[in-house]
Amino acid sequence: MEPLTSKKKILEQKPLTFAERIYLPAIAKGLSVTISHLFKKEATIRYPEVQREFSVNFRGLHSLKRDENGKERCTACGLCALSCPAEAITMIAAERKPEEKDLYREEKYAAVYEINMLRCIFCGLCEEACPKEAIYLDGPIVPSDYLRKDFIYGKDKLVEQPLTNK
Amino acid sequence: MDIAFVIEKFILVTIIFAITLVIAMYSTYAERKVAAFLQDRLGPDRAGPFGILQPLADGLKMFMKEEIIPTNASKWLFMVGPGLAMLTACIGTAVIPWGSPIVVNDRIVPLQVTDINVGILYIFGVVSLGVYGVMIGGWASNNKYSLLSAIRAASQNISYEIAMGLSIIALLLVTNTMSLKEIVDQQHGWHWNIFYQPLGFLIFIICAFAETNRAPFDLPECETELIGGYHTEYSSMKLGFYLFAEYINMFVSSAVMATLYFGGYNYPGMDWVLMHTGPVVGPLIGTAVFFVKIFAFIFFFMWVRWTIPRFRYDQLMHLGWKGLIPLAIANIIITGIVIAIIEKF
Repeated sequence: MEPLTSKKKILEQKPLTFAERIYLPAIAKGLSVTISHLFKKEATIRYPEVQREFSVNFRGLHSLKRDENGKERCTACGLCALSCPAEAITMIAAERKPEEKDLYREEKYAAVYEINMLRCIFCGLCEEACPKEAIYLDGPIVPSDYLRKDFIYGKDKLVEQPLTNK
Repeated sequence: MDIAFVIEKFILVTIIFAITLVIAMYSTYAERKVAAFLQDRLGPDRAGPFGILQPLADGLKMFMKEEIIPTNASKWLFMVGPGLAMLTACIGTAVIPWGSPIVVNDRIVPLQVTDINVGILYIFGVVSLGVYGVMIGGWASNNKYSLLSAIRAASQNISYEIAMGLSIIALLLVTNTMSLKEIVDQQHGWHWNIFYQPLGFLIFIICAFAETNRAPFDLPECETELIGGYHTEYSSMKLGFYLFAEYINMFVSSAVMATLYFGGYNYPGMDWVLMHTGPVVGPLIGTAVFFVKIFAFIFFFMWVRWTIPRFRYDQLMHLGWKGLIPLAIANIIITGIVIAIIEKF
């Protein structure tokens, strides 16, 4: 076949020298390389026991924040669900009753707030969209599980622990 | 033949068999650990401390797996294959002298199952039989990959057996005996055969790699070309037997190499140790030294496996027929001439 370009590199294959033909020098060299690795520190991190330190802007499991009085910040505006490119967030809003004043900051709150962790791509757009600073992706890696339904995280898993000392 | 003799041999055989199996079992663990350490990894460390129970877990897994026999396989041969591989791997240990005789209640107990005067030939016969397990398994599977692999294994073993035998002939010129016991006793202290037969040892160890189907000569189980090689169709403990037989083979050939070339249970300063430790502990220290040598060889097998890529098939044949055999013949001639000159003067 005609060469398609004018570029041409002639590969010269020299006959093997005696040292190359008996393989042994090359084998000895290879063995010395591998044995040197025997004494090197292994790169493995024993994951569940030892965890690698995350960078400061790592995005992990979501948490729904409370304000300084321990009230839930979320007002169920739905901007996070709207901004979510993976459509992982669903919520049902409800009106706050007078006796629930200590629980929710605004008059409207999320009665149900669910994130499907199998859909979530951890892009952080919900965090950016939230006008109330109510959601942050500041948790750890989402743990593994066996069933799909167990990856739908409700408020029980997402909302921050209530403040203990006021 | 008295009853004590039978009991003594029975105990010895049982112990050797148990030790062989345990070593083969932990060779699988060691292989994974060595591979990991050579690649800056950790290796299995979940089952027990440092993963020490990993071989048990692997064995349990093998037993629990579903047993599949292909419809068109020759059933009887299919079942014989792994058993034969295992059997031939195990019986090689019978002639290896594990230590100098110990004296218990004025009774001399040799730490060797049997000292036949053609020990080396016996080892050869057994090692050559080893390929039958692979061949029968590959043939009976009724699978083209298995068959190709079996053919490869057979031709590889035949090719390398010749060079191995020739390297042994040069050794026999030096030792003048074929009994492994006598060969070991000749290497008392520092007089190891490696110093008289370095080239012979080099040929022998290369052939040992080929005979045990270890990398870089593991063409019979070349995954990239032959899927799983001769055990493609095998599952469950039959597969386990094949894998196990490979490690037993490695152990036996390490023991043979340590016996023939590295003085077996001899070590420098052994007379002094024997004098100070008594007739039971002294020989057992020798046995321990022997096992250290064996483990060193097993480590070397693994070290090489994780260093060198596999040979191409034509390179393998080229090396065997055009490289090692002429070299082994030259070794015989040189050894013969040197011995003749020494005897003359």
